[in-house]
Amino acid sequence: MIDLLSYGAFFLTMALTYAVICLGLNLQWGQAGLFNVGVAGFVAVGAYVSAILTTPPVDGRIGGFGLPPLAGWLGGGLGAGLLCFLLGALTLRLRADYLAIATFGAAVVIQLALLNLEGLTGGPFGIGFIPRPFGGLAGEPGLFAAANLGVLILLVLACYLVLQHLTRSPWGRVLRALREDEEAARALGKDPVAYRLQAFAIGGFVMGLGGAAQAHFIGFIAPDNYLPTLTFQVWTMLIIGGSGNMRGAILGAVLVWALWAVSGSAVSALFPSGQQARAASLQLVLIGVALSAVLLLRPRGLLGEAGTLRSPLRRADRRDTAKISQGQKTNA
Amino acid sequence: MGQGEADTVLEARDLARSFQGVAAVGGMSLRLSRGEMLGLIGPNGAGKTTMFNMLAGSLPPSSGRILLDGRDVTAEGAERRLARGLGRSFQIPRPFPEMTVLENVLCGAQDQSGERVLGALFRPGQSRRDEDAAVEKARHLTDFLMLSHLENEPARILSGGQRKLLELARLMMADPQVLLLDEPAAGVNPSLLEDIMERIVALNGQGVSILLIEHNMDMVARLCSRVVVMALGRELAQGAPEAVIRDPEVVRAYLGDAA
Repeated sequence: MIDLLSYGAFFLTMALTYAVICLGLNLQWGQAGLFNVGVAGFVAVGAYVSAILTTPPVDGRIGGFGLPPLAGWLGGGLGAGLLCFLLGALTLRLRADYLAIATFGAAVVIQLALLNLEGLTGGPFGIGFIPRPFGGLAGEPGLFAAANLGVLILLVLACYLVLQHLTRSPWGRVLRALREDEEAARALGKDPVAYRLQAFAIGGFVMGLGGAAQAHFIGFIAPDNYLPTLTFQVWTMLIIGGSGNMRGAILGAVLVWALWAVSGSAVSALFPSGQQARAASLQLVLIGVALSAVLLLRPRGLLGEAGTLRSPLRRADRRDTAKISQGQKTNA
Repeated sequence: MGQGEADTVLEARDLARSFQGVAAVGGMSLRLSRGEMLGLIGPNGAGKTTMFNMLAGSLPPSSGRILLDGRDVTAEGAERRLARGLGRSFQIPRPFPEMTVLENVLCGAQDQSGERVLGALFRPGQSRRDEDAAVEKARHLTDFLMLSHLENEPARILSGGQRKLLELARLMMADPQVLLLDEPAAGVNPSLLEDIMERIVALNGQGVSILLIEHNMDMVARLCSRVVVMALGRELAQGAPEAVIRDPEVVRAYLGDAA
Protein backbone atom coordinates (compact mmCIF):
# COMPACT_ATOMS: atom_id res chain seq x y z
CA MET A 1 0.00 0.00 0.00
CA ILE A 2 2.78 2.40 0.98
CA ASP A 3 4.60 1.35 -2.18
CA LEU A 4 1.61 2.16 -4.32
CA LEU A 5 1.11 5.49 -2.59
CA SER A 6 4.73 6.48 -2.95
CA TYR A 7 4.67 5.42 -6.58
CA GLY A 8 1.58 7.58 -7.02
CA ALA A 9 3.35 10.47 -5.35
CA PHE A 10 6.42 9.93 -7.53
CA PHE A 11 4.30 9.83 -10.66
CA LEU A 12 2.34 12.93 -9.74
CA THR A 13 5.47 14.86 -8.78
CA MET A 14 6.99 14.11 -12.17
CA ALA A 15 3.76 15.06 -13.93
CA LEU A 16 3.68 18.36 -12.04
CA THR A 17 7.18 19.28 -13.20
CA TYR A 18 5.79 18.98 -16.71
CA ALA A 19 2.78 21.04 -15.65
CA VAL A 20 5.11 23.91 -14.76
CA ILE A 21 6.82 23.71 -18.17
CA CYS A 22 3.43 23.49 -19.86
CA LEU A 23 2.21 26.59 -18.02
CA GLY A 24 5.19 28.48 -19.42
CA LEU A 25 4.36 27.35 -22.95
CA ASN A 26 0.73 28.29 -22.40
CA LEU A 27 1.71 31.88 -21.67
CA GLN A 28 3.82 31.99 -24.83
CA TRP A 29 1.45 30.22 -27.19
CA GLY A 30 -1.97 30.17 -25.55
CA GLN A 31 -1.88 33.83 -24.55
CA ALA A 32 0.62 35.52 -26.83
CA GLY A 33 0.46 33.26 -29.90
CA LEU A 34 4.24 32.75 -29.94
CA PHE A 35 5.19 29.50 -31.63
CA ASN A 36 8.06 28.12 -29.54
CA VAL A 37 9.32 24.80 -30.90
CA GLY A 38 12.43 24.81 -28.78
CA VAL A 39 10.85 24.04 -25.41
CA ALA A 40 13.43 21.33 -24.68
CA GLY A 41 16.26 23.83 -24.98
CA PHE A 42 14.83 26.26 -22.45
CA VAL A 43 13.98 23.44 -20.05
CA ALA A 44 17.57 22.19 -20.41
CA VAL A 45 19.00 25.61 -19.63
CA GLY A 46 16.88 25.78 -16.48
CA ALA A 47 17.97 22.30 -15.42
CA TYR A 48 21.67 22.77 -16.10
CA VAL A 49 21.94 26.23 -14.59
CA SER A 50 20.28 25.00 -11.43
CA ALA A 51 22.44 21.85 -11.36
CA ILE A 52 25.65 23.82 -11.81
CA LEU A 53 24.66 26.27 -9.10
CA THR A 54 23.66 23.69 -6.50
CA THR A 55 25.86 20.60 -6.93
CA PRO A 56 28.90 20.14 -4.75
CA PRO A 57 32.25 21.08 -6.37
CA VAL A 58 33.73 18.51 -8.76
CA ASP A 59 37.29 18.32 -10.07
CA GLY A 60 37.63 19.12 -13.75
CA ARG A 61 34.26 20.78 -14.07
CA ILE A 62 33.39 24.44 -13.68
CA GLY A 63 30.65 25.03 -11.20
CA GLY A 64 29.44 22.99 -8.36
CA PHE A 65 28.76 26.05 -6.26
CA GLY A 66 26.84 24.16 -3.62
CA LEU A 67 24.10 26.79 -3.35
CA PRO A 68 20.70 25.90 -1.85
CA PRO A 69 18.13 24.47 -4.32
CA LEU A 70 15.96 27.56 -4.11
CA ALA A 71 18.82 29.69 -5.48
CA GLY A 72 19.34 27.10 -8.21
CA TRP A 73 15.68 27.15 -9.25
CA LEU A 74 15.66 30.91 -9.39
CA GLY A 75 18.89 30.89 -11.39
CA GLY A 76 17.52 28.25 -13.75
CA GLY A 77 14.40 30.28 -14.38
CA LEU A 78 16.35 33.48 -14.90
CA GLY A 79 18.78 31.74 -17.27
CA ALA A 80 16.00 30.37 -19.46
CA GLY A 81 14.06 33.65 -19.27
CA LEU A 82 17.12 35.64 -20.32
CA LEU A 83 17.76 33.30 -23.23
CA CYS A 84 14.14 33.71 -24.36
CA PHE A 85 14.49 37.47 -24.05
CA LEU A 86 17.59 37.53 -26.24
CA LEU A 87 16.13 35.19 -28.86
CA GLY A 88 12.88 37.14 -28.86
CA ALA A 89 14.66 40.48 -29.17
CA LEU A 90 16.39 39.14 -32.28
CA THR A 91 13.41 37.55 -33.96
CA LEU A 92 10.10 39.03 -32.74
CA ARG A 93 10.33 41.98 -35.10
CA LEU A 94 10.42 39.55 -38.00
CA ARG A 95 7.62 37.43 -39.40
CA ALA A 96 6.12 34.90 -37.00
CA ASP A 97 7.74 31.85 -38.62
CA TYR A 98 11.22 33.12 -37.79
CA LEU A 99 10.56 32.64 -34.11
CA ALA A 100 9.77 28.98 -34.75
CA ILE A 101 12.94 28.52 -36.76
CA ALA A 102 15.06 30.35 -34.21
CA THR A 103 13.69 28.47 -31.20
CA PHE A 104 14.11 25.11 -32.91
CA GLY A 105 17.67 26.01 -33.86
CA ALA A 106 18.43 27.23 -30.36
CA ALA A 107 17.20 23.98 -28.84
CA VAL A 108 19.44 21.93 -31.14
CA VAL A 109 22.44 24.15 -30.42
CA ILE A 110 21.82 23.97 -26.68
CA GLN A 111 21.60 20.20 -26.74
CA LEU A 112 24.83 19.92 -28.74
CA ALA A 113 26.53 22.40 -26.44
CA LEU A 114 25.51 20.36 -23.40
CA LEU A 115 26.94 17.30 -25.07
CA ASN A 116 30.28 18.90 -25.88
CA LEU A 117 31.02 21.49 -23.20
CA GLU A 118 32.36 18.76 -20.92
CA GLY A 119 34.14 21.19 -18.65
CA LEU A 120 30.84 22.84 -17.75
CA THR A 121 28.10 20.29 -18.32
CA GLY A 122 29.82 16.97 -17.82
CA GLY A 123 29.32 16.12 -21.51
CA PRO A 124 27.31 13.03 -22.43
CA PHE A 125 27.43 11.76 -18.84
CA GLY A 126 25.63 14.83 -17.56
CA ILE A 127 25.58 16.03 -14.00
CA GLY A 128 24.73 13.85 -11.04
CA PHE A 129 24.32 14.38 -7.31
CA ILE A 130 21.93 17.25 -7.80
CA PRO A 131 20.68 17.92 -4.28
CA ARG A 132 17.10 16.84 -3.81
CA PRO A 133 14.86 18.93 -1.65
CA PHE A 134 14.33 17.13 1.67
CA GLY A 135 17.25 14.80 0.90
CA GLY A 136 17.47 14.27 4.65
CA LEU A 137 14.21 12.31 4.51
CA ALA A 138 15.51 9.84 1.92
CA GLY A 139 15.56 7.14 4.62
CA GLU A 140 11.76 7.25 4.79
CA PRO A 141 10.47 6.83 1.24
CA GLY A 142 6.86 7.66 2.01
CA LEU A 143 7.62 10.90 3.77
CA PHE A 144 10.25 11.83 1.19
CA ALA A 145 7.80 11.30 -1.69
CA ALA A 146 5.10 13.26 0.09
CA ALA A 147 7.45 16.16 0.82
CA ASN A 148 8.57 16.32 -2.81
CA LEU A 149 5.01 16.18 -4.02
CA GLY A 150 4.12 18.97 -1.61
CA VAL A 151 6.88 21.18 -2.99
CA LEU A 152 5.76 20.60 -6.57
CA ILE A 153 2.12 21.23 -5.72
CA LEU A 154 3.15 24.54 -4.16
CA LEU A 155 5.27 25.41 -7.19
CA VAL A 156 2.48 24.61 -9.67
CA LEU A 157 0.00 26.51 -7.56
CA ALA A 158 2.27 29.55 -7.36
CA CYS A 159 2.93 29.53 -11.12
CA TYR A 160 -0.77 29.05 -11.82
CA LEU A 161 -1.88 31.89 -9.57
CA VAL A 162 0.72 34.33 -10.86
CA LEU A 163 0.10 33.51 -14.53
CA GLN A 164 -3.66 33.53 -14.07
CA HIS A 165 -3.41 36.91 -12.37
CA LEU A 166 -1.25 38.21 -15.20
CA THR A 167 -3.51 37.00 -17.98
CA ARG A 168 -6.57 38.49 -16.29
CA SER A 169 -4.85 41.80 -15.64
CA PRO A 170 -4.91 44.66 -18.14
CA TRP A 171 -1.51 43.32 -19.28
CA GLY A 172 -3.18 40.07 -20.35
CA ARG A 173 -5.94 42.05 -22.03
CA VAL A 174 -3.35 43.80 -24.17
CA LEU A 175 -1.91 40.41 -25.16
CA ARG A 176 -5.38 39.28 -26.24
CA ALA A 177 -5.93 42.51 -28.15
CA LEU A 178 -2.65 42.01 -30.00
CA ARG A 179 -3.64 38.45 -30.80
CA GLU A 180 -7.03 39.47 -32.14
CA ASP A 181 -5.95 42.46 -34.25
CA GLU A 182 -2.40 43.70 -34.08
CA GLU A 183 -2.93 46.77 -36.26
CA ALA A 184 -5.86 47.97 -34.18
CA ALA A 185 -3.93 47.38 -30.96
CA ARG A 186 -1.02 49.42 -32.30
CA ALA A 187 -3.41 52.23 -33.14
CA LEU A 188 -4.40 52.15 -29.46
CA GLY A 189 -0.82 52.66 -28.37
CA LYS A 190 0.14 49.06 -27.59
CA ASP A 191 3.65 48.09 -28.68
CA PRO A 192 3.41 44.53 -30.05
CA VAL A 193 7.12 43.71 -29.84
CA ALA A 194 7.42 44.86 -26.23
CA TYR A 195 4.42 42.85 -25.06
CA ARG A 196 5.40 39.70 -26.95
CA LEU A 197 8.93 39.93 -25.66
CA GLN A 198 7.66 40.17 -22.10
CA ALA A 199 5.35 37.20 -22.52
CA PHE A 200 8.09 35.16 -24.19
CA ALA A 201 10.63 35.90 -21.46
CA ILE A 202 8.20 35.22 -18.61
CA GLY A 203 7.12 31.97 -20.29
CA GLY A 204 10.79 31.05 -20.64
CA PHE A 205 11.37 31.78 -16.97
CA VAL A 206 8.56 29.41 -16.01
CA MET A 207 9.89 26.70 -18.35
CA GLY A 208 13.34 27.05 -16.84
CA LEU A 209 11.83 26.82 -13.39
CA GLY A 210 10.08 23.60 -14.40
CA GLY A 211 13.31 22.21 -15.85
CA ALA A 212 15.19 23.03 -12.64
CA ALA A 213 12.53 21.45 -10.44
CA GLN A 214 12.61 18.33 -12.60
CA ALA A 215 16.41 18.09 -12.41
CA HIS A 216 16.35 18.29 -8.62
CA PHE A 217 13.59 15.78 -8.37
CA ILE A 218 15.39 13.21 -10.54
CA GLY A 219 18.81 14.08 -9.13
CA PHE A 220 20.62 13.44 -12.40
CA ILE A 221 20.52 15.10 -15.81
CA ALA A 222 22.10 14.33 -19.18
CA PRO A 223 21.78 15.86 -22.65
CA ASP A 224 19.64 12.95 -23.83
CA ASN A 225 16.81 14.16 -21.59
CA TYR A 226 16.44 17.26 -23.72
CA LEU A 227 15.83 15.98 -27.23
CA PRO A 228 13.03 17.37 -29.45
CA THR A 229 10.79 14.58 -28.08
CA LEU A 230 10.45 16.66 -24.93
CA THR A 231 9.22 19.63 -26.93
CA PHE A 232 6.71 17.37 -28.65
CA GLN A 233 5.49 16.00 -25.32
CA VAL A 234 4.95 19.44 -23.81
CA TRP A 235 3.11 20.67 -26.90
CA THR A 236 0.89 17.58 -26.78
CA MET A 237 0.15 18.28 -23.13
CA LEU A 238 -0.89 21.83 -23.91
CA ILE A 239 -3.01 20.94 -26.93
CA ILE A 240 -4.76 18.06 -25.18
CA GLY A 241 -5.35 20.05 -21.99
CA GLY A 242 -6.58 23.12 -23.82
CA SER A 243 -4.36 25.87 -25.11
CA GLY A 244 -5.09 29.26 -23.59
CA ASN A 245 -6.42 27.81 -20.35
CA MET A 246 -3.99 27.59 -17.42
CA ARG A 247 -5.91 24.78 -15.74
CA GLY A 248 -5.99 22.99 -19.09
CA ALA A 249 -2.20 23.17 -19.25
CA ILE A 250 -1.94 21.46 -15.84
CA LEU A 251 -4.56 18.84 -16.66
CA GLY A 252 -2.94 18.08 -20.01
CA ALA A 253 0.45 17.61 -18.38
CA VAL A 254 -0.90 15.12 -15.85
CA LEU A 255 -2.95 13.19 -18.43
CA VAL A 256 -0.25 12.92 -21.07
CA TRP A 257 2.36 12.01 -18.49
CA ALA A 258 0.00 9.31 -17.21
CA LEU A 259 -0.40 7.97 -20.74
CA TRP A 260 3.37 8.05 -21.16
CA ALA A 261 4.04 6.27 -17.84
CA VAL A 262 1.34 3.62 -18.32
CA SER A 263 2.40 2.88 -21.88
CA GLY A 264 6.01 2.71 -20.69
CA SER A 265 5.21 0.02 -18.13
CA ALA A 266 3.06 -1.79 -20.69
CA VAL A 267 5.99 -1.87 -23.09
CA SER A 268 8.33 -3.29 -20.48
CA ALA A 269 5.74 -5.88 -19.39
CA LEU A 270 4.72 -7.03 -22.88
CA PHE A 271 7.97 -7.10 -24.82
CA PRO A 272 11.10 -9.17 -24.28
CA SER A 273 14.01 -7.09 -23.05
CA GLY A 274 15.79 -7.27 -26.42
CA GLN A 275 12.87 -5.63 -28.19
CA GLN A 276 12.01 -3.00 -25.60
CA ALA A 277 14.10 -0.16 -27.02
CA ARG A 278 12.31 -0.51 -30.33
CA ALA A 279 8.92 -1.06 -28.77
CA ALA A 280 9.34 2.19 -26.87
CA SER A 281 8.55 3.99 -30.13
CA LEU A 282 5.00 2.75 -29.64
CA GLN A 283 4.76 5.24 -26.78
CA LEU A 284 5.23 8.09 -29.24
CA VAL A 285 2.68 6.51 -31.55
CA LEU A 286 0.20 6.32 -28.71
CA ILE A 287 0.74 9.98 -27.81
CA GLY A 288 0.29 10.87 -31.47
CA VAL A 289 -2.97 8.96 -31.64
CA ALA A 290 -4.23 10.65 -28.48
CA LEU A 291 -3.30 14.01 -29.93
CA SER A 292 -5.13 13.30 -33.17
CA ALA A 293 -8.18 12.06 -31.31
CA VAL A 294 -8.39 15.23 -29.21
CA LEU A 295 -7.89 17.43 -32.26
CA LEU A 296 -10.71 15.62 -34.03
CA LEU A 297 -13.15 15.40 -31.15
CA ARG A 298 -12.33 18.50 -29.12
CA PRO A 299 -10.22 20.81 -31.27
CA ARG A 300 -9.77 23.32 -28.46
CA GLY A 301 -8.55 20.69 -26.02
CA LEU A 302 -10.27 19.42 -22.91
CA LEU A 303 -10.50 22.80 -21.20
CA GLY A 304 -9.75 25.01 -24.18
CA GLU A 305 -10.49 28.69 -24.29
CA ALA A 306 -12.66 29.90 -27.14
CA GLY A 307 -10.81 31.16 -30.14
CA THR A 308 -7.22 30.81 -28.96
CA LEU A 309 -5.74 27.83 -30.72
CA ARG A 310 -7.29 28.77 -34.00
CA SER A 311 -6.41 32.43 -33.93
CA PRO A 312 -3.29 32.25 -36.16
CA LEU A 313 -5.25 30.25 -38.71
CA ARG A 314 -8.06 32.75 -38.60
CA ARG A 315 -5.57 35.55 -39.11
CA ALA A 316 -4.35 33.73 -42.21
CA ASP A 317 -7.95 33.34 -43.40
CA ARG A 318 -8.57 37.02 -43.01
CA ARG A 319 -5.44 37.85 -44.96
CA ASP A 320 -6.54 35.54 -47.75
CA THR A 321 -10.02 36.99 -47.96
CA ALA A 322 -8.52 40.48 -47.92
CA LYS A 323 -6.30 39.48 -50.82
CA ILE A 324 -9.23 38.03 -52.70
CA SER A 325 -11.37 41.12 -52.24
CA GLN A 326 -8.44 43.27 -53.31
CA GLY A 327 -8.07 41.09 -56.36
CA GLN A 328 -11.73 41.56 -57.15
CA LYS A 329 -11.33 45.30 -56.80
CA THR A 330 -8.50 45.41 -59.28
CA ASN A 331 -10.42 43.15 -61.63
CA ALA A 332 -13.47 45.37 -61.48
CA MET B 1 -5.24 83.82 -42.89
CA GLY B 2 -5.72 84.55 -39.23
CA GLN B 3 -4.36 81.20 -38.11
CA GLY B 4 -0.63 81.29 -37.55
CA GLU B 5 1.88 78.47 -37.07
CA ALA B 6 1.21 78.35 -33.36
CA ASP B 7 -2.35 77.19 -33.94
CA THR B 8 -1.34 74.24 -36.08
CA VAL B 9 -1.78 70.96 -34.24
CA LEU B 10 -0.98 68.51 -37.04
CA GLU B 11 1.06 69.27 -40.09
CA ALA B 12 2.20 67.21 -43.06
CA ARG B 13 5.05 68.63 -45.12
CA ASP B 14 5.52 67.31 -48.61
CA LEU B 15 4.53 63.75 -47.77
CA ALA B 16 5.13 61.16 -50.46
CA ARG B 17 4.66 57.44 -50.62
CA SER B 18 4.92 55.05 -53.51
CA PHE B 19 4.08 51.38 -53.76
CA GLN B 20 6.32 49.42 -56.12
CA GLY B 21 7.14 52.51 -58.10
CA VAL B 22 3.59 53.82 -58.29
CA ALA B 23 3.13 57.05 -56.34
CA ALA B 24 0.02 56.83 -54.16
CA VAL B 25 0.77 60.16 -52.55
CA GLY B 26 3.22 62.50 -54.23
CA GLY B 27 4.20 65.57 -52.28
CA MET B 28 1.13 66.40 -50.23
CA SER B 29 1.09 69.05 -47.52
CA LEU B 30 -1.69 69.53 -45.03
CA ARG B 31 -2.29 71.67 -41.99
CA LEU B 32 -4.87 71.02 -39.30
CA SER B 33 -5.52 73.90 -36.93
CA ARG B 34 -6.33 73.45 -33.27
CA GLY B 35 -10.03 72.90 -32.79
CA GLU B 36 -10.69 72.67 -36.52
CA MET B 37 -12.75 70.05 -38.31
CA LEU B 38 -11.11 69.58 -41.68
CA GLY B 39 -12.53 67.43 -44.45
CA LEU B 40 -10.28 65.44 -46.76
CA ILE B 41 -12.16 64.40 -49.87
CA GLY B 42 -11.31 63.09 -53.28
CA PRO B 43 -12.24 60.37 -55.76
CA ASN B 44 -11.37 56.71 -55.10
CA GLY B 45 -7.67 56.08 -55.43
CA ALA B 46 -6.77 59.69 -54.71
CA GLY B 47 -4.45 58.59 -51.89
CA LYS B 48 -6.58 59.69 -48.94
CA THR B 49 -6.21 56.53 -46.94
CA THR B 50 -2.49 56.31 -47.74
CA MET B 51 -2.21 59.85 -46.44
CA PHE B 52 -4.10 58.82 -43.33
CA ASN B 53 -1.95 55.79 -42.73
CA MET B 54 1.16 57.92 -42.91
CA LEU B 55 -0.28 60.50 -40.52
CA ALA B 56 -1.28 57.69 -38.15
CA GLY B 57 2.17 56.13 -38.23
CA SER B 58 1.16 52.77 -39.68
CA LEU B 59 2.88 53.50 -42.99
CA PRO B 60 6.29 55.13 -43.13
CA PRO B 61 6.40 57.89 -45.78
CA SER B 62 8.94 57.64 -48.58
CA SER B 63 9.73 61.28 -47.97
CA GLY B 64 8.36 64.29 -46.17
CA ARG B 65 7.76 65.12 -42.53
CA ILE B 66 4.91 64.89 -40.05
CA LEU B 67 4.69 67.32 -37.15
CA LEU B 68 2.36 66.78 -34.24
CA ASP B 69 2.14 69.81 -31.99
CA GLY B 70 5.34 71.08 -33.55
CA ARG B 71 7.26 67.88 -32.80
CA ASP B 72 8.62 65.78 -35.65
CA VAL B 73 7.02 62.34 -35.28
CA THR B 74 7.76 61.07 -38.79
CA ALA B 75 9.95 58.20 -37.62
CA GLU B 76 7.68 56.98 -34.83
CA GLY B 77 5.45 53.93 -35.25
CA ALA B 78 1.67 53.87 -34.88
CA GLU B 79 1.90 52.64 -31.28
CA ARG B 80 3.50 55.95 -30.23
CA ARG B 81 0.91 58.26 -31.77
CA LEU B 82 -1.96 57.87 -29.35
CA ALA B 83 0.22 58.66 -26.35
CA ARG B 84 1.15 61.85 -28.20
CA GLY B 85 -2.50 62.74 -28.56
CA LEU B 86 -3.32 61.51 -32.06
CA GLY B 87 -5.94 58.81 -32.54
CA ARG B 88 -7.16 57.20 -35.75
CA SER B 89 -10.15 55.16 -36.80
CA PHE B 90 -10.13 52.62 -39.60
CA GLN B 91 -12.14 52.76 -42.80
CA ILE B 92 -13.36 49.27 -42.01
CA PRO B 93 -13.67 49.21 -38.20
CA ARG B 94 -11.39 46.79 -36.43
CA PRO B 95 -12.89 45.79 -33.08
CA PHE B 96 -11.31 42.97 -31.08
CA PRO B 97 -14.04 40.48 -31.98
CA GLU B 98 -13.85 38.04 -29.05
CA MET B 99 -13.58 40.75 -26.40
CA THR B 100 -16.62 42.37 -24.89
CA VAL B 101 -17.54 45.90 -25.86
CA LEU B 102 -16.37 47.16 -22.47
CA GLU B 103 -13.03 45.34 -22.77
CA ASN B 104 -12.59 46.81 -26.23
CA VAL B 105 -13.07 50.29 -24.85
CA LEU B 106 -10.74 49.59 -21.91
CA CYS B 107 -7.99 48.78 -24.40
CA GLY B 108 -7.92 52.45 -25.30
CA ALA B 109 -6.72 53.44 -21.81
CA GLN B 110 -3.18 54.77 -21.78
CA ASP B 111 -0.41 54.44 -19.24
CA GLN B 112 -2.24 52.04 -16.93
CA SER B 113 -0.20 50.49 -14.15
CA GLY B 114 -1.85 47.11 -14.75
CA GLU B 115 -0.73 47.08 -18.38
CA ARG B 116 2.88 46.75 -17.22
CA VAL B 117 4.08 43.38 -15.95
CA LEU B 118 5.70 44.84 -12.86
CA GLY B 119 2.68 47.02 -12.18
CA ALA B 120 0.26 44.11 -12.51
CA LEU B 121 2.40 41.89 -10.26
CA PHE B 122 3.83 44.18 -7.65
CA ARG B 123 1.60 47.24 -7.51
CA PRO B 124 -1.84 45.66 -7.22
CA GLY B 125 -3.32 48.66 -5.41
CA GLN B 126 -2.28 51.15 -8.05
CA SER B 127 -3.33 48.76 -10.82
CA ARG B 128 -6.74 48.31 -9.27
CA ARG B 129 -7.26 52.05 -8.87
CA ASP B 130 -6.20 52.67 -12.49
CA GLU B 131 -8.49 49.92 -13.73
CA ASP B 132 -11.44 51.16 -11.68
CA ALA B 133 -10.97 54.65 -13.04
CA ALA B 134 -10.69 53.25 -16.57
CA VAL B 135 -13.87 51.20 -16.16
CA GLU B 136 -15.76 54.25 -14.95
CA LYS B 137 -14.54 56.30 -17.89
CA ALA B 138 -15.28 53.47 -20.32
CA ARG B 139 -18.85 53.19 -19.01
CA HIS B 140 -19.25 56.90 -19.46
CA LEU B 141 -18.07 56.63 -23.06
CA THR B 142 -20.21 53.62 -23.94
CA ASP B 143 -23.10 55.62 -22.60
CA PHE B 144 -22.15 58.69 -24.66
CA LEU B 145 -21.87 56.51 -27.76
CA MET B 146 -25.06 54.54 -27.15
CA LEU B 147 -23.40 51.19 -26.54
CA SER B 148 -24.22 50.74 -22.86
CA HIS B 149 -26.75 47.99 -23.46
CA LEU B 150 -24.10 45.98 -25.34
CA GLU B 151 -21.33 46.45 -22.78
CA ASN B 152 -20.90 42.77 -21.98
CA GLU B 153 -21.50 41.40 -25.47
CA PRO B 154 -18.60 40.28 -27.63
CA ALA B 155 -17.77 42.94 -30.19
CA ARG B 156 -18.25 40.53 -33.09
CA ILE B 157 -22.04 40.81 -32.79
CA LEU B 158 -22.05 44.58 -33.37
CA SER B 159 -23.48 46.05 -36.55
CA GLY B 160 -21.29 48.10 -38.88
CA GLY B 161 -22.46 51.37 -37.43
CA GLN B 162 -22.04 50.19 -33.85
CA ARG B 163 -18.50 49.15 -34.69
CA LYS B 164 -17.79 52.71 -35.80
CA LEU B 165 -19.13 53.95 -32.49
CA LEU B 166 -17.01 51.41 -30.65
CA GLU B 167 -13.89 52.65 -32.43
CA LEU B 168 -14.72 56.17 -31.37
CA ALA B 169 -15.22 55.06 -27.77
CA ARG B 170 -11.91 53.20 -27.77
CA LEU B 171 -10.09 56.26 -29.06
CA MET B 172 -11.82 58.62 -26.64
CA MET B 173 -10.41 56.59 -23.74
CA ALA B 174 -7.04 58.14 -24.53
CA ASP B 175 -8.35 61.74 -24.59
CA PRO B 176 -6.76 62.48 -27.96
CA GLN B 177 -6.46 66.11 -29.04
CA VAL B 178 -6.46 65.10 -32.70
CA LEU B 179 -8.70 62.51 -34.33
CA LEU B 180 -8.25 61.07 -37.80
CA LEU B 181 -11.61 59.62 -38.83
CA ASP B 182 -11.69 57.46 -41.95
CA GLU B 183 -15.20 57.47 -43.41
CA PRO B 184 -17.18 57.43 -40.16
CA ALA B 185 -20.43 57.47 -42.16
CA ALA B 186 -19.73 54.68 -44.64
CA GLY B 187 -22.16 51.81 -44.39
CA VAL B 188 -24.08 53.32 -41.49
CA ASN B 189 -27.85 53.43 -41.57
CA PRO B 190 -29.37 56.95 -41.72
CA SER B 191 -30.70 57.15 -38.16
CA LEU B 192 -27.39 56.04 -36.68
CA LEU B 193 -25.60 58.37 -39.05
CA GLU B 194 -27.29 61.37 -37.47
CA ASP B 195 -26.21 60.11 -34.05
CA ILE B 196 -22.62 59.62 -35.16
CA MET B 197 -22.50 63.08 -36.68
CA GLU B 198 -23.91 64.57 -33.53
CA ARG B 199 -21.23 62.83 -31.44
CA ILE B 200 -18.47 64.02 -33.76
CA VAL B 201 -19.70 67.59 -33.51
CA ALA B 202 -19.83 67.24 -29.73
CA LEU B 203 -16.23 66.01 -29.62
CA ASN B 204 -15.13 68.87 -31.82
CA GLY B 205 -17.00 71.20 -29.47
CA GLN B 206 -14.89 69.83 -26.62
CA GLY B 207 -11.80 71.07 -28.43
CA VAL B 208 -10.76 67.92 -30.32
CA SER B 209 -9.26 68.74 -33.73
CA ILE B 210 -10.61 66.39 -36.38
CA LEU B 211 -9.42 65.39 -39.82
CA LEU B 212 -12.21 63.60 -41.63
CA ILE B 213 -12.13 61.47 -44.76
CA GLU B 214 -15.65 61.23 -46.08
CA HIS B 215 -17.42 60.50 -49.34
CA ASN B 216 -20.76 61.73 -48.11
CA MET B 217 -20.55 65.34 -49.34
CA ASP B 218 -23.66 66.32 -47.47
CA MET B 219 -22.03 65.26 -44.25
CA VAL B 220 -18.77 67.03 -45.09
CA ALA B 221 -20.62 70.22 -45.94
CA ARG B 222 -22.47 70.13 -42.65
CA LEU B 223 -19.47 69.32 -40.48
CA CYS B 224 -16.48 71.06 -42.00
CA SER B 225 -15.80 74.71 -42.62
CA ARG B 226 -12.81 73.85 -44.78
CA VAL B 227 -12.10 70.91 -47.06
CA VAL B 228 -9.01 69.75 -48.92
CA VAL B 229 -9.55 67.89 -52.18
CA MET B 230 -7.01 65.23 -53.15
CA ALA B 231 -6.64 63.70 -56.58
CA LEU B 232 -3.86 61.51 -57.92
CA GLY B 233 -1.88 61.82 -54.72
CA ARG B 234 -1.82 65.62 -54.60
CA GLU B 235 -3.84 68.53 -53.36
CA LEU B 236 -6.22 69.71 -56.05
CA ALA B 237 -8.11 72.43 -54.25
CA GLN B 238 -9.10 73.64 -50.83
CA GLY B 239 -11.57 76.02 -49.32
CA ALA B 240 -15.14 76.16 -48.07
CA PRO B 241 -17.12 73.04 -49.04
CA GLU B 242 -19.72 74.89 -51.15
CA ALA B 243 -17.02 76.64 -53.17
CA VAL B 244 -14.89 73.55 -53.61
CA ILE B 245 -17.79 71.45 -54.88
CA ARG B 246 -18.37 73.93 -57.70
CA ASP B 247 -14.69 74.12 -58.64
CA PRO B 248 -14.48 72.80 -62.23
CA GLU B 249 -11.17 71.06 -61.49
CA VAL B 250 -12.80 69.15 -58.67
CA VAL B 251 -15.81 68.24 -60.77
CA ARG B 252 -13.50 66.95 -63.47
CA ALA B 253 -11.48 64.91 -60.96
CA TYR B 254 -14.65 63.21 -59.71
CA LEU B 255 -16.31 62.73 -63.08
CA GLY B 256 -13.62 63.58 -65.61
CA ASP B 257 -12.15 60.21 -66.43
CA ALA B 258 -15.60 58.75 -66.92
CA ALA B 259 -16.76 61.65 -69.09
